[in-house]
Amino acid sequence: MAMTDQRVSYTLDSSLETIDNAEEKATRIATELGFGDEEVMQISMAVREAAVNAVLHGNAYSPDKKVTLSFERTGGDLIITIRDQGKGMDLSRIPNPLAPENLLKTSGRGIFLMRSFMDVVEIRPSETGTELKLIKHVHGPTAGGKEASQ
Amino acid sequence: MSMKVGSRQVDGVTIVDCSGRITLGEGSVILRDTVRDILSKGNKKIVLNLADVNYIDSSGIGELVSAFTTTKNQGGELKLLNLTKKVNDLLQITKLYTVFDVKDDEASAVKSFK
Repeated sequence: MAMTDQRVSYTLDSSLETIDNAEEKATRIATELGFGDEEVMQISMAVREAAVNAVLHGNAYSPDKKVTLSFERTGGDLIITIRDQGKGMDLSRIPNPLAPENLLKTSGRGIFLMRSFMDVVEIRPSETGTELKLIKHVHGPTAGGKEASQ
Repeated sequence: MSMKVGSRQVDGVTIVDCSGRITLGEGSVILRDTVRDILSKGNKKIVLNLADVNYIDSSGIGELVSAFTTTKNQGGELKLLNLTKKVNDLLQITKLYTVFDVKDDEASAVKSFK
């Protein structure tokens, strides 16, 4: 397959294993696309945080709800999309984790880390779930893509 | 690689040697249980040696914060030792470097409690 228009997608359970699984897939795909070690770590961590968001806060571990994860190489970007089937998040209620009053909070850093590690983070909440789109600009040579589902 | 911990006493300070990943699930639970166990035995000077921790996610960061505040609330002190570059970078990004007392050698970490 050509370097452009590559896409691979997965349908995953709402479980802890899915979070590790999503991270592993992100690591493998980012490595195949030619990202450097530091960028691979950033991408895999952002995907892990997005998966945590989907499994815990979105689907709340519900066995009836799925997480869909896709990786797409389009032009100069790696686009990663993670969707859950939860009630959607209220973006106005996400506090700034760097504010002095929030520094000692034990949660609320996931989206901040995604934004720190990716070039673009788009969050589209709805009543039928939340879609997170993570974009990283590709700089290195790329490998082939494939279609998959599990 | 899942998380493993081992603790030892050095001059009245409990050093917790951590290795692996501190992430949502088992890693975070192990750290939480370990710190609670140490505090329940009356040991309030704690150093988390993170030299062999190669990965922490936001849940792991939250667990470090929780360990810090739990120890502080019980009149104790918790410090971090030997951060890897990844963990150091994460604490810088999240501004938690300003919260934790971070040491890079064990002897000075132990002495700093006195």
